Amino acid sequence: MAKKKKMGLKQKYALLTRGLDWETTYQPMDKVFPYDKFEGIKIKDWDAWEDPFRLTMDAYWKFQAEKERKLYAVIDSFSQNNGHLGLTDARYLSAVKLFLTGVSPLEYMAHRQFAHLGRHLRGAGPRVAAQMQSLDELRHAQTQIHTISHYNRYFDGFHDWQHMHDRVWYLSVPKSFFDDAASAGPFEFLTSISFSFEYVLTNLLFVPFMSGAAYNGDLATVTFGFSAQSDESRHMTLGLEVIKFMLEQDEGNVPIVQRWIDKWFWRGYRLLSLVGMMMDYMLPKKIMSWQEAWEMYFEEQGGALFEDLARYGIRPPKYHDVASKEKDRISHEVWAIFYQYTHAAGFHTWDVDEAHKAWLSEKYPNTFDKLYRPRLEMWKGMADAGNRFYNNALPQLCTTCQIPMGFTEPDDPSTICFRSSEYGGDTYHFCSDGCKDIFDHEPEKYVQSWLPVHQIYQGNCGGASVEDVLKWYHLNLGTDNMAYEGSPEQKLWSQWMAGRHPVAAE
Amino acid sequence: MAVVALKDGYTGEVRDRVENFHGNWVTYLHWEDHLSFCAALAFPFPPDMPFGALLEEVLPTYYGMHPDWANIDWSAVRWTLDGQDFTPDPAKALKDQGFHHKSLLRFWTPGLKGPADSCS
Repeated sequence: MAKKKKMGLKQKYALLTRGLDWETTYQPMDKVFPYDKFEGIKIKDWDAWEDPFRLTMDAYWKFQAEKERKLYAVIDSFSQNNGHLGLTDARYLSAVKLFLTGVSPLEYMAHRQFAHLGRHLRGAGPRVAAQMQSLDELRHAQTQIHTISHYNRYFDGFHDWQHMHDRVWYLSVPKSFFDDAASAGPFEFLTSISFSFEYVLTNLLFVPFMSGAAYNGDLATVTFGFSAQSDESRHMTLGLEVIKFMLEQDEGNVPIVQRWIDKWFWRGYRLLSLVGMMMDYMLPKKIMSWQEAWEMYFEEQGGALFEDLARYGIRPPKYHDVASKEKDRISHEVWAIFYQYTHAAGFHTWDVDEAHKAWLSEKYPNTFDKLYRPRLEMWKGMADAGNRFYNNALPQLCTTCQIPMGFTEPDDPSTICFRSSEYGGDTYHFCSDGCKDIFDHEPEKYVQSWLPVHQIYQGNCGGASVEDVLKWYHLNLGTDNMAYEGSPEQKLWSQWMAGRHPVAAE
Repeated sequence: MAVVALKDGYTGEVRDRVENFHGNWVTYLHWEDHLSFCAALAFPFPPDMPFGALLEEVLPTYYGMHPDWANIDWSAVRWTLDGQDFTPDPAKALKDQGFHHKSLLRFWTPGLKGPADSCS
């Protein structure tokens, strides 16, 4: 008997994404796929979708299983060998705490939303791509939780990341970012997450965290980063594919997509100011400055991308020029926020030492010595006098990005940028024209912003005192929060390092 | 512009409406040229609080640790309320001199710009 010839990958992919799909007859297609038209995006031919990876399910499982085996082998050995002792300094862990509480829950949210798309996109090709991405995102959440859990055995602030993500004031920044995307229609979601975030801005999130980890001896983070890398390149390709698909299907899609690109560029950029702060202030061993990263990954690479998209009638995102004007200040402005509110944070901040100041001065010749060095020195003086500066009032927040309104005027780094809108008889405040535009376009959505400061004043966060609120956040007072200097974490780390000196001295 | 939504006439709950604040108005204060205070400060104030209480109690409590604070010449201070020039009357209540829920009060203290004129 003649043996049946095995199908090739390409053939299997074609069957998976074309052969298994059908037009429904018992129910109209619009009822089966109720979400993919209301945004106004017109798709004439779903079959025009070309997934450049053409991955089939069996190939997907095989690749992913292989990566999982490697990851768990590495983290077992990391854990058995007390890998945490190889860190440059325990201060580095503030970056990891921010990542676990701010980013990992978004991976899980991405899993949920891509699962939704994997059911609700009308074309089988994009549906399969969304299903695979959904599985990737679940895997990313899981591997991050597993690898980072090692640090929870020894350090503070790692114990209740999901609870914190849902409640802690600064975590409402990433949480509301993703909720905004997930509560939009499927095409806006794809533009926000797959294109704007995973394609345009991803290098500004993952490169800093992963290189920062590699430079600072954090093998746990490096490992999940490596394991996610090939998935991320698939996601990036999906992001670009989605944009081109929408733009090619109907000319009427162009202005809709442009508005989403404008909005999600700005939303993503504001979110990344937390990463900028992490790069410039939290890494004991620095990789590059936020400004350098912005120039390389947005101005150069992003510039080339938007030249390429110009043939579809797409221009660079609105206010990208403002983002470039701010590149030598946002990390300093955000550090100022966390330094003075570190008593309400699940990680530590510290007084910047001389070598670090010299690095900042070199990287930010136009701003650091003039604007930020005197501030850091004043704070150091206060700390040395026993009055470490904590801001005991709560900050005004931007209604859109929810970051404390610490950003300055595009053309004046010494004056806070205040913007506001009137809607329905109320005033709403914004940190920038970008955030104001987003509100003005869809006020019905953003009047619902759950602004942590206002929620505290409404009595919805566990009580009226700071202590009540921090308990409601599940922060352990005196260990997770406050300055690094004098923290239990610093004491523990110093003991461990002191124990090593006799060996090092020989 | 109106939101593009699946449901016609979609609208959301106004989460920060004044009724939710137990009789208080959220009020934002900002000391210009002193960005070591990273952002304007938000407070829930009773609208019948006199401006004098804000001057004598609130401001010194939250800004008083700054080395410039003691040197402020209060007769020279310039104020704006929601973007308009403003001359406060310490005896009058906030509600009787133009404040509303989520008002922003900014003030400039001439000659004082933080350490090394860094606007910190």
